[in-house]
Amino acid sequence: MALQQSYLDFEKPLAELDKKIQELLAFSTEGVDLSAEVANLEEKAERMRQEMFANLSRWQTAQVARHINRPFTLDYLSLIFTEFVELHGDRNFGDDHAIVGGLARLDGEPVMVIGHQKGRDTKEKVFRNFGMPNPEGYRKALRLMEMAERFKLPIITFVDTPGAFPGIGAEERGQAEAIARNLREMSRLTVPIIVVITGEGGSGGALAIAVGDRILMLQHSVYAVISPEGCAAILWSDGTKGAQAAEALKLTAKDIKDLEVIDEIVPEPAGGAHRDHEAMAKNLHEALSRNLKELKAIPAEELIEQRYQKFRKMSRFAE
Amino acid sequence: MAWFKRDNPPMARGAEHKVKVPEGLWTKCVSCNETIYTKDIESNLNVCPKCGHHYRISTKKRIELLIDEGTFTEFDAGMVSVDFLEFKDSKSYQDRIDQALAKGGSKDAIVCGSGKIDGTPVQLCVFDFSFMGGSMGSVVGEKITRGIERALEQGTPCIIVSASGGARMQESILSLMQMAKTSAALAKLREAGLPFVSILTDPTTGGVTASFAMLGDVNMAEPKALIGFAGPRVIEQTIRQKLPQGFQRSEYLLDHGMVDVIVERSKMKAQLSSILKMLYKAA
Repeated sequence: MALQQSYLDFEKPLAELDKKIQELLAFSTEGVDLSAEVANLEEKAERMRQEMFANLSRWQTAQVARHINRPFTLDYLSLIFTEFVELHGDRNFGDDHAIVGGLARLDGEPVMVIGHQKGRDTKEKVFRNFGMPNPEGYRKALRLMEMAERFKLPIITFVDTPGAFPGIGAEERGQAEAIARNLREMSRLTVPIIVVITGEGGSGGALAIAVGDRILMLQHSVYAVISPEGCAAILWSDGTKGAQAAEALKLTAKDIKDLEVIDEIVPEPAGGAHRDHEAMAKNLHEALSRNLKELKAIPAEELIEQRYQKFRKMSRFAE
Repeated sequence: MAWFKRDNPPMARGAEHKVKVPEGLWTKCVSCNETIYTKDIESNLNVCPKCGHHYRISTKKRIELLIDEGTFTEFDAGMVSVDFLEFKDSKSYQDRIDQALAKGGSKDAIVCGSGKIDGTPVQLCVFDFSFMGGSMGSVVGEKITRGIERALEQGTPCIIVSASGGARMQESILSLMQMAKTSAALAKLREAGLPFVSILTDPTTGGVTASFAMLGDVNMAEPKALIGFAGPRVIEQTIRQKLPQGFQRSEYLLDHGMVDVIVERSKMKAQLSSILKMLYKAA
C-alpha cells in the first residue's frame, strides 16, 4: 500500500530532509554516484525522527494520534487477522459506517473484532462520518458483542474517534442511552475483551466500546474526557488553545498508564505508526496474542469480577 | 437623515432573563414573565405558581421532598475531590474546589444516603448542581457506586436524582472512567433484580446522561428539563442548523422514547412510591 507521505507542522525539518534525499536520489540516476551523501542524509533524518518522536509534546502527540495515514481498524484487520467477514447493521435503524465489526481469525482462532473507522480521502471521511458514530453504531457493536458471547468468542475492539456524533438525529435516537447501555452490558460479558486505543480516544464515544479486561494504548495515541479543542472552548473560551488544554488534560499513553487506567503501552515504529503499518501491526499482533492467551486461562466468573474491580478502583479522592 | 430621531437609547432587554432562583422579594418568572412574590415560589417547591416552571431546588429540599421525615442517613459526607492532575486553566482545579467548598454547602456535587419513601427503604443519591455545575469526578462516581453497592448489600432499590453538566474535565480520564464504574455497578443491581429509578432534572447532560441517568428501569423527568448527550451549542456548531423547538427538553425525550414519564415536582414522591411498591417487595 503506497500512502501519500504527509507531514505534520512540527515535522517540517524532517520533511525538508526527506525532500533533499529524494532530490539527490533523482539526480544520482543520471550516472552520478551520490549514495554516500544519501546514506549520510538518511542517517541524519532517522536520528532526527527518533529524537523528535521521543520528545513529543502532548499536543504534538494528539496530532500524531489523528494523523491521516495512521492505521485504522480495517488496516489492522487486514494486517493482523485473517478471514474477516464484516457484519453490518444494528437490526433496528441502520448501518453506521463509523463503526465496523465482524468475525475474523487471530492466530487461526475465531474472534469478534469491532472498531471505529475513519476515512483517508474526503469522500471516505464523509462516508465514515469522520469516525463519529451515531447510536446505531454503538447498537451494532453491542449486537456483535452479544453474539460473540453466545458463541464464546473473545472480543477485540479498536478505539479511534473524536467522539460520538453530536447531531439532532443522534440525540433523538438516544446517543446517551446507546453509550450507557454498552457500558453496562460490556461489564458483564462472559468472554475476554481486549481494548486497544489506536488513535483518538474521544470521551464517551470511545468508552462505549472500551470496557474490557485488558486496555492497551498505542504509544502515540491519546485518551481523554474531552478533545483538547472542546476543553479549550469551554475552559479558556477559546477553541484555538488546544495546546494548553492538551497539556492540562494529560492525555498521552504514558499519562494514562501512570493513572493506572490502562495495562500496557504498545510501542510504535520510529516516526509513528503512520510511517510503517506493517511494523505497527507486528507489535500489536504480539501484544494481542499474548494478552488473549492470558485471558483465556481465566474462568468466566472470575473474569467478570476482575473486570468489575478493575474499573471499580479507578478514582482519586480524599476522605 | 431620519425623520424621527430617538432621544433615548432603546430599552435594554434580556437583563430580566438573568434573574434566577428567588433572591429578592419579587421574582420575574423566566418562563411566563409574571412578577411573583418570591415566597410564593419557594413555598411551592420552587415551582412558579402561575405557569408551573420548575426552578432548581437544593439537595436538602429535594431529600425532604422525597424521603420520609427523620429517616434519612447520609453516607460519605466528608469525601472531597483532589487535584491529582494539577489541572490549571485560568484557575487551578484546587482553587475551584476550595471556592466551591467555601460556600459551606455539600462537599462535592452529590449527596448520598439511605432513607424511606412511604416506608420503602431506598438508597438515594441527589446531585448538587450548585457545586461545580454538578460535574462528575471521582467523588461523585465513587459515592454513587457505593450507594448502588449498599442497595445491593441491603437488597433495596436505588434512586439517583441527576442535575449535572456531565463529566468533570479537571479530572480528565478518571472522570470518564466514572461512567464505566457506575454503569457496571448498575449491571449488578439489575442482575440482583433490584429496581433503579433515574430521576432527570434540569439540566442532565454529557457523561451523566450517557451512563447511569439513562439506565433506569424507570426514567422519570421533571417538566421541561434539559436532557441530552451533547450540549445544544455544540450540536448547533457542528451541524450549522437551527435546533428544533423544544429540542432536548423532557417532553421531546418522552416523544422520542427516551424517558418513561414526566412528573411534576409536587407529585414526584407519590409517583415514585407507587412505582417502587409495584416493582419491589421488601425481603
